[in-house]
Order: sequence, then structure tokens, then C-alpha cells
Amino acid sequence: MADPATGPAVPPPTPATEIGSPKEAVGGWLQTLRTGDIGSLPIIIGLVLIVIVFQSLNPTFLNAFNLVNLCLQIAALGIMATGITLVLMLGEIDLSIGSVSGLAAAVLLVTHVDHGLAPLLAVLIAVLVGTLVGTLQGSIFARVGVPSFIVTLAGLLIWQGVQLRVLGEQGTINLPPAGTLVRWAQFSFVPRWLAIALAVLVPVLYLVFSLLTRHRRASAELPVTPLWLPIAVAVILLVLLQLIVAKLYLDRGVPWTFVFMVLIVVFFDWLLRRTAYGRKIFAVGGNIEAARRAGINVDAIRISVFALCSTLAAVSGVVAAMRLGFANQQSGGGETLINAIAAAVIGGTSLFGGRTRRYAPLLGALVIGAIANGLELLSLSSDVRLIVTGTVLLAAVVIDALVQRSRTSHGR
Amino acid sequence: MSGGREPILALRGISKRFGAVQALTDVDLDVYAGEVVALVGDNGAGKSTLVKVICGVGPPDAGTITFAGREVRVDSPHAAQELGIATVFQDLALCDNLDVVNNLFLGRELRRGAALDEVEMERRSGNLLRELSARIPSVRLPVASLSGGQRQTVAISRSLLGDPRVVLLDEPTAALGVAQTAQVLNLIERLRDRGLGVVLISHNMVDVQAVADRVAVLRLGRNNGEFRVGEVTNEQIIAAITGATQNVVSERVARLREQTAGDDPLAAGGPEGGA
Repeated sequence: MADPATGPAVPPPTPATEIGSPKEAVGGWLQTLRTGDIGSLPIIIGLVLIVIVFQSLNPTFLNAFNLVNLCLQIAALGIMATGITLVLMLGEIDLSIGSVSGLAAAVLLVTHVDHGLAPLLAVLIAVLVGTLVGTLQGSIFARVGVPSFIVTLAGLLIWQGVQLRVLGEQGTINLPPAGTLVRWAQFSFVPRWLAIALAVLVPVLYLVFSLLTRHRRASAELPVTPLWLPIAVAVILLVLLQLIVAKLYLDRGVPWTFVFMVLIVVFFDWLLRRTAYGRKIFAVGGNIEAARRAGINVDAIRISVFALCSTLAAVSGVVAAMRLGFANQQSGGGETLINAIAAAVIGGTSLFGGRTRRYAPLLGALVIGAIANGLELLSLSSDVRLIVTGTVLLAAVVIDALVQRSRTSHGR
Repeated sequence: MSGGREPILALRGISKRFGAVQALTDVDLDVYAGEVVALVGDNGAGKSTLVKVICGVGPPDAGTITFAGREVRVDSPHAAQELGIATVFQDLALCDNLDVVNNLFLGRELRRGAALDEVEMERRSGNLLRELSARIPSVRLPVASLSGGQRQTVAISRSLLGDPRVVLLDEPTAALGVAQTAQVLNLIERLRDRGLGVVLISHNMVDVQAVADRVAVLRLGRNNGEFRVGEVTNEQIIAAITGATQNVVSERVARLREQTAGDDPLAAGGPEGGA
């Protein structure tokens, strides 16, 4: 009945209901914007501020060489943050991800370098170790009922110990400098033509899917977003991606590891928001009793999420080892764990479960990575970096808490 | 009204025991399609136990359950849902972080390939709420931002998605304001108009009188009377709930009467009005 091309479809007016009136449709749309996509706005503004500050302090911050480095640096962080985001969605915590990534790095190096396994096989074994660890920790948490904080705190120690045992006397193992793994993580970049093509394809696909969904909604006589919105988003996305690609190809270009990380973030965002499995994660994080009554197998969700988180931690450890070209007793130690949790939280993932913003791990990793990178350029040592990172983390959580409070105080 | 028809749900001789406590003894209950039965009783009368028997959470020790003319075993919540018995518990079990559509379809999401079919779920949610004339500002609002009455509406609507034939509502108006209570009572009437059998557990005699067709009273785990609304006063129901002849109120009246009768024979009829 409503012409899809002329704005919001108006459902048949029903006297006794407020649902679907044009005013409500617009209101609902604004609401979605407020709680959904626009919700990442504070982080993006924060990121822009960080860029402005570091660029004014050191003009090399925004040059192509440094930006490519930044892409290489945050790949491992973004992958680990994706995993911990899933666990935080349940309202749980996994403190062992740093140790697991270190263990995976050690396993990769020992199997590949010492035992001469093929690179891909060694990677597979290292990642499976992560899956195994996660399944074990998740099972102890879900079936025995030990709090996840305790299980994974024990894991933090145990897996670090196993990592030291795996490395043995050697301490540090180096990857062959010209080997496949090092080449892939350090020196392999997307060909320029492909990067440009992808930067066109992504906005086009976005537009096509948005318009298809819009058309389906209009056919179902549901309220739809105005036509200009997906077009505007697609155009902005196109310009932005082309600018980034143009800039990065002044230097080496877009690293494959960065593309790999973005694909992981996007895939898990889709999994969380668009599939029944993701919906179950939201439900368990929101109200576990409701989830149980709805017939959701809470134990299975918990175990699978911990398994996924540790798997991603292992992948992250593998990527980090391949980029650095070695693994040692410090791999996965230090700030690895805290940075991943900080990235997830800065990106907009609630520590209380059930809430995360779109692409939180990517945005959070960009913020954390940009700060670390910028401070390094300024030759400031880790004392300043820790203080600044901690302050940004606190600011992100405070902003989130304030937004949350205003949302609840405004009620409906 | 439902005299000659067969009940959709019939319980006969239901008994249930928890250790030393006999929670239910030989309880009967009939629920007819297109009828609201109020199940009332004091705290500890066995209402909750009976609800658990019906919805499969706590199967009975003895007695039979007949659903649509067929004797059935209801030994799990899943079995109850399969039969077409939906239950809305007092704690509504909604996910605050999910919107109305996602709560309605929680655990029975519609899919389109690997992904969820949000469009179809939203369309059906809108239709369902419209049919029930439920007032929800937008089906895409998170449930956290809804009022108590709206949350109750969402919970009740959700129970209808499985196409049940009997709906159990546990204290649906508890903790609601006047307007919101009216909203929920309207919804209950619409469930009846759809031909559902509704079992309403309530403490509120005003609500019971307003919306129920029949009142079944439980007292100390036994049937203690059944009334047709319109032919019964609140006082009669309360008398059945509390046990007309042996409650503190009647004992007090009797005692006062005895005392005054002894002290002053002339005032014998007096205290009745004041008691």
C-alpha cells in the first residue's frame, strides 16, 4: 500500500494502538540510531581527538609509513579483543587470554622451528590448543559453577607455566626470517588494485543489502528508514575507505593481517547480532533465568563462548609471534591481557553483560593502538603510556555509565 | 455458560507431597475454552504448587490430567508447551537488553538462511500486539524502557506465540498501578475472546470480580468451593479462602458476641455491625 520510494511506509491505522503510526515510526528509528550505530560516536570523536593531539605533537604520526605500522600493530590486539568481547557479553571475564596467546605462540614456534612441522599445521595445532584450553575452562565454569574470574585467574598462571615448560631451556625461539609465517605477517600486503576494488565493493554491498532490507520491510508494511540514510552512509563509507587506501598505498599498503583482523571483527559482529546463536549470547548476558526458561542451553552457550574466546586469543598469539618473528617467555605477558579488555570496553562493551556496540573490538583496538603508537613516536616510555591508556579506559567507562544512567532516567 | 461442554483442561484428584508437607490433596480443576478461571487462596493454600503441576515444573504424585479429552502426562515444561499450555510467571523473565521483538521470539527465532529473519519477526510481533490491542510505543524498544504494564503485556503476548489453548497467569497485576492493571485486565479479556482457557492466579478480589467467569478456591491444599462470578460476593469468596467458620475474624466476632452477651444481654445484637 505504501510506495516504498516515497519515505516511511505507513501501516494501516488501527484506532486502539500506537504501533506503527508515522510519528512512532520516526521515533523508533531515532531510538535505534541513538542506541545503535550512532552509539559509537563518542569513540570515533575520541579517536579523532587522539589523532589531532598526536599529529600536533609529532607530524610523522599521520604519515603513511606510521599508519601502516599501526595497522600491523593492532591486528593481534583486535583479534584478542573480539574474543574477550564475547565473554564480556555474558557478564563474565577471561583473565587467561594473555597466557593462552603466549602459550599458542610458544606451541607454534616449538612445533614449527624445533620439530619442523609445516607452517600451516603448526598454526592449526597452536590454535587448537587455545580451543582446548577454552573448552576446559568454560566447562569448569559452566558445569562445576566456579566463578569465571577464579577459573581464568588459575588459567592465567597455569598456561603461563605451560608456556615456560613448552619453551624449555631455550627462552627465545626465532622464526626463520624469510619463512612463510614471517613473510605473511610482516611483508604481505593487499595488491593496490584489490584494495581499491574492495573499498568500492564494501560500500556497494552495504547499500545493496540496506536497500533489500528496506524493500522487504516496506513490503511487510513495517516502518523504514528514509532512503537518503543508507545512500549517505554508503557514500561516506566509500570516500573514507578510498582515502584510507590512497593514504596507505603511499607506503606499503594494507597489510593482510589487518584485513584478517577486520574480517574476524565483522564476522563476530554479524554472529552476535544477526544469528540465533548471537541472540542467545545476548539473552544469557541480559537475564540468565529468562534465557533458561526460553529453552536456551545456558551451559552450552557458556562453554562455546569461552572456547571461542580462547581460540581467538590463540589466533592473536600466533599473529603476534609471526609479526615479531619470535616467541619467548614474555610472549602474551605484560599488558596483553589488559589491553584486550580495555579495547573491548573502550569500544563500548559493558562489563555487566548483554551490551556491546558495533565493531567495538576494532574501534577499541584503534584507540589503544593509536595511543601506544603515538606515545612511542614521542619517545615517551611505558610509564606515560600506562597512565594515558588507563585514563582513556576510565573515561570510556565513565562516559558509558553516564549514557546508561541518562537512558534509564529518561525511561521510555 | 460452559455447562454442557467438555473442559479443555481437567484435573482430577491431584495430590502432591513435599516431604512431610501435603501440599495438595485430591484437588479438581476444570478449565473451559473461552473462559477465565480465577484460582484464589491464601498464602500456602497450594496455588503455586497447582500451577507447577499444570505447567510441568512439578508433576503430581497422584491424580490425572486430561487435556482436550485425552489423558496426558505433563512431566516437563516442554511437554506442557507441546500440549498448548503456556505459563506467564510472576517474574516475567524478560531480557532487559533485548527489544520487544527479540523478547517475543526468544528461544524460537525465525531464520532466513543462517541469519535471523528480523523483518518477519517484527511483522508478526506488530500483528500480534495489534490483535491484542496492546499499547507498546515501538516493538524495537528495549524492554528495559517499558512500564510494568507494558512488560506484563509483552510477557503475556510472548506466551501466545506458541499458539497455546490454555494460558496460566501468575499474579499478572501484582505491583501494577491502576491504569496498568486495567490494561492487563483488558488483555486477559481479549485472550478469552480468542477462545483460550485462562487460569488467573490472583490475590486481588477486585480483579477477580472484574475479569473472571469462575472462581476456584483452594484452602490448605484442598478444593474449598467454586463460584460463578456475578452470583457471589467478595465476602463469600474471602470466607471460602480463609475458612468461614474458623478464621480469626469470625472467631473474634463470636468471642465479642459471647462477651457482650454475658455482660449486657440488652446489647447482644450490637457488635455485629461494628465487627
